[in-house]
Amino acid sequence: MNWTLLWAQLFNGLTLGALLVLVAMGLTIIFGALGVINFAHGAFYMVGAYAGYVAYNATHSFVIAVAAGAVALLLVGVAIERGLIRYYYRRPHEDQILVTFGLGIILVEGVRAWFGGISQRLPVPKWGEGATNLGFLYYPTYRIEVLGIVAATLVVLYVVLYRTRLGLIVRAGIEDQLMVNILGINVTRTFLVVFGLGSMAAGFAGVINAPIVTVVPDMGSLVLVQSFVVIVIGGVGSFWGALVGGLIAGEIISLTAMVQPAYSEVMLFAAMAIVLILRPQGLFGVQGRQ
Amino acid sequence: MIVAKLSTRGPFGRWLPEAVAVVALLLFPSAFALIGGTADMADRILIWGIFGFGFDILFGFTGLLSFGQAAFFGSGGFMTAYLLIAGYTQNAGIALILGTLFASLLGAIIGALSLRRSGIYFAMLTLAFGEMFYFLDISPLKQFTGGENGLSGVPATHIGIGNWFVELHTPEGMYWVIAILFLLGFWLARRIVNSSFGAVLLSIRENGERARTLGHDIQKYKLAAFVIAAAYAGVGGSLFGLFQGYMPPDAFYLDTSGQLVVQTIMGGAGTLIGPTVGALIWIYLRTALQQLPIVGPVWKMVLGIIFVLIVTLFRRGICGGIALLWERMVGKQAAQPPAAQVVAATPVESAPRKRAPLDGKVILEAKDITKRYGGLTAVDRVSFEVVEGEIRALIGPNGAGKTTFFNMLAGTIPPTSGEMFFRGERITNASSTAICQRGLVKSFQINQLFPGLTVWDNVRIAAIARVYGKFHPSMLRDAADSEEINTLIAQSLAAVHLSERAHAPARELAYGEKRRLEIGLALATRPSALLLDEPTAGMSPSERQDTIRLLKSIAAGVTIVIVEHDMDVVFGLADRITVLFNGRKIADGTPDAIKANAEVRAAYLGNPVQQ
Repeated sequence: MNWTLLWAQLFNGLTLGALLVLVAMGLTIIFGALGVINFAHGAFYMVGAYAGYVAYNATHSFVIAVAAGAVALLLVGVAIERGLIRYYYRRPHEDQILVTFGLGIILVEGVRAWFGGISQRLPVPKWGEGATNLGFLYYPTYRIEVLGIVAATLVVLYVVLYRTRLGLIVRAGIEDQLMVNILGINVTRTFLVVFGLGSMAAGFAGVINAPIVTVVPDMGSLVLVQSFVVIVIGGVGSFWGALVGGLIAGEIISLTAMVQPAYSEVMLFAAMAIVLILRPQGLFGVQGRQ
Repeated sequence: MIVAKLSTRGPFGRWLPEAVAVVALLLFPSAFALIGGTADMADRILIWGIFGFGFDILFGFTGLLSFGQAAFFGSGGFMTAYLLIAGYTQNAGIALILGTLFASLLGAIIGALSLRRSGIYFAMLTLAFGEMFYFLDISPLKQFTGGENGLSGVPATHIGIGNWFVELHTPEGMYWVIAILFLLGFWLARRIVNSSFGAVLLSIRENGERARTLGHDIQKYKLAAFVIAAAYAGVGGSLFGLFQGYMPPDAFYLDTSGQLVVQTIMGGAGTLIGPTVGALIWIYLRTALQQLPIVGPVWKMVLGIIFVLIVTLFRRGICGGIALLWERMVGKQAAQPPAAQVVAATPVESAPRKRAPLDGKVILEAKDITKRYGGLTAVDRVSFEVVEGEIRALIGPNGAGKTTFFNMLAGTIPPTSGEMFFRGERITNASSTAICQRGLVKSFQINQLFPGLTVWDNVRIAAIARVYGKFHPSMLRDAADSEEINTLIAQSLAAVHLSERAHAPARELAYGEKRRLEIGLALATRPSALLLDEPTAGMSPSERQDTIRLLKSIAAGVTIVIVEHDMDVVFGLADRITVLFNGRKIADGTPDAIKANAEVRAAYLGNPVQQ
């Protein structure tokens, strides 16, 4: 047994999982509050990475790149919610899926037309270069920092969701959307804010992850699929579901890669199938919600 | 091609869509060449069209939006290509059949898993499972699929006997093979859609829960639709590999599933021919746009924009829009039941009803049934017996537990404890489908209809459940051909006085008519007992009187249990009345006895029992 490799893979799983948590969290919050599953979420993640790339090339500051990615997606999210999604709240789920899917195509192809299909790189920031000695393992500093950044972001999200009025409305909406509407809460503004925040999380994750992966127009589609799996495993609309599901997904991918690389992605879907058979509503899902 | 949607059921019109398709397929290559299309493009369009028939049955007719169809397109294609390359068979036809069977088998497995959830989850799950197949293809199964290189060198095969054969590797020759399969696929898809099986699929799209409570096993129907879609995908994928001589891993891409969805929406879902029209647009525009200077690099974005616009503003797609125009111009004459039948059907006898003997055979029995929600006991050890042929009313003040009790009888919520029997058989915890199939049928308080279907077709869904049972995969026989079903529909409509409205879509009915249709749906399952939840809720006084008369005439052959707030209705109808209060049964007896019962008065008026 190669312990160093095992530790390294455990950490890789953790970093991958943390990013999946961030992306899935945006998806699940938007769904929980608005009842819309955003098939363009992967494209949002990709646009975030490109926004960060552009900002970095202009300023050579990674922090500004991250901020640019997040703010750009906040704006994109708000514009799309106002311009398109809000007309879809009363339409069937299938239509919502279709329109967000179409939106994803437009964003991906737009970026491809603008930047070309070749892969771009966003360098690791200065404060993240090299490796850190953890005692049992030398591990890339930036990846350790990513864990910290994601953890901090999740704490902020948790506080917003569980300690603010907005969060109360969002969580109430996850339980019973109709009731929230009946109570006369200004859902229009809440929806806008939630969609903006969910999109921002995707954009943020896109920039944070950009130095680890390559930046290409198609980078979002795998992340979208994986975050769907996370949501199915964890249970839709659940904060803890997204968190635990994301970490499980990350570990499954990277630990399988150590044993049998060919099956690393396939195992993730196998895990999803097992959850579906044993607990169709997901680990943290509530039975009866569809 | 428009005619495909407007399936005329008359003897002459029945083959019209196929005839039009034959002519269109014969003319297509030359007509397409006039606008610069090539045989290669024509072949691709038809392959996507075949792929699309199955998807349209799944999405357009059953309402299941799958983003994983690439899995079956790819699997079928790779299996066929592999069989030929590895030399297991030289016959492309056999390889294609095996490839299709393989895709169908995978469809059954993935379908069974994905259909454990519905709505958005189904879309997410199919997308995820679709990606799984991509990863399986490029990595673990590399030795069979060629990984990222795909399988090249699918041998040139020919189909035919002796000197009569077609080379499969020229797009021109291949066109006719594909066209014949396209025609077969179209014919089969139309059979499926027009069969009773297809009618149930439509009802699932319109209101799956209602189809379930009418006695259809909708899970089986959905799975069957999924397997059909996978089989069509398998044929499409196999042809794709055969015609290119090469099976690329792109077949498994999410883009393949996505392109199918986009084409189907653009062309028009629920029209069968829509996906082909969508494929024509996609493939032709791609070629045309790519030649333009500025638009060239962004052709896919342009298609994406068109797609979003169509979804937002023009959801029926091109064929759906044309069909709508056609309907408006020609008038709605499609799918009309033979008029003679409506007249010929004998309305249920309206002779004055004799009260059933109250000591007759017990048909429905509840023993000590209880429902607890946490600390709250909604229904507390209620027992009651309903005798065959009687009208039993269930009354009680608000919150008495009537609806909970009622739903337990219908099998929509399970009791916490206690037993229920119907015609001597135990029905505790049986599914609502099974209970309905035994002849105990519930009619809903809030109208649960199939809004997009006509009145006639609404009742047809119930009649199919009655005549064919909970699952009947007969896909080739036209649903309108069954005399038994047609008679049952006509009788049920006559019983609820809706014969005149047979061709109106359910959503266009007036409120009172919808209530009557709701009862008509239940009647068409030929129930031996009918559970009616507030049948007169929201009606005007005169509508109420009509309904009382209607129910009396129906009750000649059926036992009725009715929950009702309106005391005039209750005392005008019921043979016996059961009173619930605070979850308990406080009285049980004839209307006169109930009127005289002090405890009942106390429950309603709230004054203590002392007069």
